[in-house]
Parts: sequence; structure tokens; C-alpha cells
Amino acid sequence: MHAPDAPATTDAPIDSGGGRFVFRAGVFDAPTLRRALTRIAHEIVERNHGPDGVVLVGLYTRGVALAHRLAVSIESFEGVSVPTGALDVAFYRDDIGLRPVQPLGPTEVPDITDRTVVLVDDVLFTGRTVRSALGALLELGRPRAVQLAVLVDRGHRELPIRADYVGKNLPTKVAEDVQVRLSEVDGGDDGVEIWGPPETGGPRGEVVA
Amino acid sequence: MKHLLSIDDLGGRAGIEEMLDLTDSFVEVTRREIPKVPALRGKTVVSLFYEDSTRTRLSFETAAKRLGADTMTFSVSSSSVKKGESLLDTVQTIEAMGIDAIVVRHSAAGAAHRVASWTAASVVNGGDGRREHPTQGLLDAFTLRRHRGPSLDGCRVAIVGDIRNSRVARSNVRAFHALGCDITLVGPPTLLPESLVGWPVRVSYDLDDVLGEVDVVSLLRIQRERIADALFPSLREYAHRWGLTAERAARLKPDTLVMHPGPMNRGIEIAAEVADSPRSLVTEQVANGVAVRMAVLWTLLGSGGPVV
Repeated sequence: MHAPDAPATTDAPIDSGGGRFVFRAGVFDAPTLRRALTRIAHEIVERNHGPDGVVLVGLYTRGVALAHRLAVSIESFEGVSVPTGALDVAFYRDDIGLRPVQPLGPTEVPDITDRTVVLVDDVLFTGRTVRSALGALLELGRPRAVQLAVLVDRGHRELPIRADYVGKNLPTKVAEDVQVRLSEVDGGDDGVEIWGPPETGGPRGEVVA
Repeated sequence: MKHLLSIDDLGGRAGIEEMLDLTDSFVEVTRREIPKVPALRGKTVVSLFYEDSTRTRLSFETAAKRLGADTMTFSVSSSSVKKGESLLDTVQTIEAMGIDAIVVRHSAAGAAHRVASWTAASVVNGGDGRREHPTQGLLDAFTLRRHRGPSLDGCRVAIVGDIRNSRVARSNVRAFHALGCDITLVGPPTLLPESLVGWPVRVSYDLDDVLGEVDVVSLLRIQRERIADALFPSLREYAHRWGLTAERAARLKPDTLVMHPGPMNRGIEIAAEVADSPRSLVTEQVANGVAVRMAVLWTLLGSGGPVV
């Protein structure tokens, strides 16, 4: 699932009732995605005064892959291996019973007590997945602090949640879909694209930089 | 999926494997310091047990609680059944209290199906007579897959004992067969089903013949409460010919596993030292039972969209 909060999250082209989604715009290609992640890796280390005490926890599916990439990146310039984990939020979602929900993989999180946990996801949309992730995470221990890193912030928040590290702020319409491709998950080249219904309408979402 | 009444409700190999994959997520939950998730908050699961049970009832109730659901327990001995209340009236009474799932155990085959036809709640068959016990089949398949998986294709399983009276055997044969296992039923002719037409199994009357060539020995409890007639001369003779004694266990391949759904008759179908040996998966089966039942309850009550 590319944007876990989005109503339609399947492979393109997407059928969304009103018709098939069409390609709108390329956001990241492989080199720009890599640079954005490298920048986030540096920001994480800078904000936390070094990599010590940081734990990177990815949200299934693509957040897990991104967390591993951030760890590799941090190790390359700090020489320190940052612990990583994988978090499944299905059982903490607020839309159980409203739409089909399935866990995407087993939660595997290292000790987070008194650590700074950086939650990692691909797309930040309504904020409901992150809310679920906070619920899931805090049952596993009491971190010193929790931060949020996302590859894309597409706006349209429904909860008071913001990201600490953002690859790109991307104005979108609610009906559109942000598709993230990561080679280790999806095969092919890395990339981020906006897809949407053929007819455009409605205002672009506001994004706070 | 609305009900789980038979292994067949899972839709064959793909559906069974999906449920076993899902169970992995719940095994992780059960190993946490706080082994509980709020996935089924506000749901109520009732266990309606017309037969005695320790592990199945406790396992379902633990599973429901670890998913955040509320549980109610109905046991015949302390209920209005003693005053003559029928199964239908009992189900309607329970349903009127506002519930989401009923786990049914009954001595009559098909009882869970009947309950499912009467109620809007989801029904899980917790054992109906000799017919089926699907969550036991799932947890045995899950336990076996953890040791011999991910694929069980060609895994040689001997199911030994009172096959005729065993719902566990029926559910296990369905589940193991769907996953590609090679199944041999072993026991005295009097404890094998009247007809084996349609059973995807081989049969042996002699445990010693199959000992050296199987990957798993699954022993069934001799159900003394279901044996009306003398189907074998004595328990001592049964243990001598079909029990997994320490001497027989020594002739198993070094990596052959031993399973038993419980409760065990130590010294009859399984020797105590075999039950407690490293090759025994008995306690692991119980532990996995909770996770499997969490997966089942989640699938029935949590995973779907709006109920129409």
C-alpha cells in the first residue's frame, strides 16, 4: 500500500469507481528519492545530536524498507549501526469494521525504552496511520521521544499530527493517489508519482512546509 | 468469511495458508510483555460449551481477551439447560444480549451449523461430535509448519489411535491434506471409520510398520467416554500395540516430531517420557492454539468491511 491512508491503494492504473486513475505527475525519480533520504538521514542525526539512542521503526510495508535505507545511510557517514524495527498498525486502526483491514507483517521492534524512536513511513496523508502507530508503539515500551519521518507529505490531515522529517511536501487533491515505488518492495526503479481520476476538480490540498 | 464450521470453509490450500500466515502476526502479539491489542474492542465472544473442555474454551477466551473483546462463558452444568432449555432457545437468549461471535462445542455432529443458521453472530465450531474441530486442525498445521515449513508438501504424517471417534482426526486430515501432506491413519480396525471412501489417506493396522518412515506422529486420545462397546481388549493391550512407548519412540527417525491434541492419557496412547521429550510439540500446540484462534476471531470479526 503506497499511501496507507488513501482510499484506493493498489497498483496503477487504479479503478476507483468513477473510472481508471491516470498518471498525473512524476515527483521523485530514483536519484532524487535517494538524495531526499540522504538528507533525512543527516537531519535525523543532526536533530538528535548523533545517532546514539536513535531507533528507526518503519511502518509496513514501504516504511520498513525506508527505515532500513535510512539506517544504511546513517551507518555510511557515522559508522554506527542504528537499530531498526518493523511495526504493523492494523490492530490499532480506527477504521476496523469500516473497511477491510489486514496485518501486513509481524511487528519486530527492538528495545525502545528511553530511546528516541523515529517512525518511518512513505506517505503522510490523514495522519490516522501515524495515530495507530503511536498506539501500537507505546504498548511496546516507553520511548524518550517519538519523531516522524516521511518520504512525502501530501496534506489533508484529519488529526493533529505533523512530520519531523519530510522528503517532499506535495500538494495533492484528496481523490488523487500518491504512488511510491521502492525497488526492494515493488521491483523496478525507485519513484514517486501522482495518479488521479481523469477529470480534475476541487482545490489542491494545503501543505504546511 | 462469516463462520468457521469446517476446515473446508477456508477454501482449500490458499485460504488455509493465508490463515497460517496471519497467525504469525498474532504469535508476535502473544509474546509481548503486554500481550494484548485493541483490535476487537467492543465485540463480545460467547463460548457455548455443551461438552467438557479445558484447553479449547480457555484458548478461545484468552484469544478473545487478547484481542480486546469481552467474553461470556456458558457451561451446561450451571445453566438453564439443566431446566430443559433447548439449544435454539439458549442461542436466542444469548443473542438477545448483543453478541458478535459464538464458539460452540456440542456432542452432536452439525450442531455448530444449526447454531449458525439461527443467529446473526459469527459461529466458530469448537468441536461437534465426531465431525470437526477446525481450529485444532489449523493449530496443528501451524505448529507443524513452524517446524517443517514453509511448505508441507510431501511431509509424512501418521495419525494414530481412535480415528473413528475423533473430530480432530477429521479436521487434521482435511488441513494436512490440503497443505500437501502424505497421511497414514494407524489403529486397530475397530477404531478406524466404517468407510474410508473419500479420505485422502493410507491405512495401516500396525504402528511398527510406519514408525521408521514418518516425519510426524500425531497421537489421538483414546476417547473412553465415546467407546460404548469393547473395541479393543484392554487399555493395556492398546498401549502395548498402538501406544507410542519409549521403546517405539527410539525407533523413530531422529527428527521425527510427536504431536498430541490433548488431553493426553499418559501411559496409554503416549508414554510420559515421550510426551515430555524434546521431539514432543504438545505444549507448543497449546501455545499456538491461542494465536490461531486470535487469527480466526480477527478474520471473522475484525478484518472485513461493513457488515450488511
